[in-house]
Amino acid sequence: MAAQRDKSRTIPGTTVFDGAESRKGYRINKFAMSFTKPENRTAFTADEEAYMESWSLSDPERQFLRDRDYRGLIEECGGNIYMIMKLGTCTGHGLYHVGAQLRGQTFEEFMATRTASGAR
Amino acid sequence: MAKIVGGIGTSHVPSIGKAYDMGQQEEPDWKPVFDAYKPVQKWLVDLKPDVAIVVYNDHGSSMFFDKYPTFAIGAADSYPIGDEGWGPRPLPDVPGNPEFSWHLAEELVYNEFDMTVCQELSVEHGFLVPMNLCFPHEPSWPVKTVPIAINVIQHPLPTALRCYKLGQAIRQAVEACEDDLRVVIFGTGGMSHQLNGARFGHLNNAFDNDFLDKIESDPLALTKLTHQQIMEEAGAEAVELIMWLTMRGALSDDLTRVHRNYYAPMTTGMGLIALEENA
Repeated sequence: MAAQRDKSRTIPGTTVFDGAESRKGYRINKFAMSFTKPENRTAFTADEEAYMESWSLSDPERQFLRDRDYRGLIEECGGNIYMIMKLGTCTGHGLYHVGAQLRGQTFEEFMATRTASGAR
Repeated sequence: MAKIVGGIGTSHVPSIGKAYDMGQQEEPDWKPVFDAYKPVQKWLVDLKPDVAIVVYNDHGSSMFFDKYPTFAIGAADSYPIGDEGWGPRPLPDVPGNPEFSWHLAEELVYNEFDMTVCQELSVEHGFLVPMNLCFPHEPSWPVKTVPIAINVIQHPLPTALRCYKLGQAIRQAVEACEDDLRVVIFGTGGMSHQLNGARFGHLNNAFDNDFLDKIESDPLALTKLTHQQIMEEAGAEAVELIMWLTMRGALSDDLTRVHRNYYAPMTTGMGLIALEENA
């Protein structure tokens, strides 16, 4: 069997979303997936704490979400980027806000690294 | 007999759909993307396809990690526009051809590609951005579609070679259909991009342009790429590019390149190639 991944070669600054990540992140990702239903978006917006409680999120998951700390949700809690992005429908934060956090930059610093940032 | 008349490789960046819906086609930083598709739209009008097979991945619209299929095929009369979190985009539902889908499913499974058959499937940006860019769609779409979804987001993923072989099997399955259908096939996703970690925003223009060269002239070289190589060079999410190999595997080697474009304004290499069968 040809190896598709070489786990001895860590790619700097990269999380590969595999079985271990998917198990770790199952709850937060399912929570974020719930935002594909309008009634759940309404429920979260109306009472964030109650909505998080209804999903039995862990204390760290709740705190990262309160802090809008997407890096924590992805890197500590196993969040999948495509799911975590859905939280932005209620928090108002888009992909490039999340990306700037992941890079440890401000939004403006990150945008300055792009060649045609009007295409956002 | 049904036959494949052309193939298209294209990125499916979701922000393009949002820009389209907001009418930003003429804005300077967006215009190069939208203009690139105009010759392809015209080519498709002349090519007169009846069916578009669209190879894409679901990013958490209709599929979740409770049961995420490696290979899936839509077999519905119609595919509604999915809600990815922001409400469905203002596009008409996309018509299917369930008889043709079931024919393909039967041929593929008996040819040892074990597809998950989906009779209810909403479609999302991976499918819709390419369709949106390539076809006029008001008041309705000019082609029927067969969505084929591949897992490229939760490792283990199918190999690049496996995706190419799926394309070869799709070609055989199309040609085994007695209906007189003209079929185009889309391979979507990529090109270079990374959306997680401190390496967010990684691009590799040289990798992308080499991929565009080889998808046309030497696809077998690309089938040798491992996921590790693609992720190291072009970013973790660039593995979507293996779906282009399904498109290419469904084509012959007697092709004319109709169009090619590359533009990388933000965080994703936006590639486009259109290949027409000569025979």
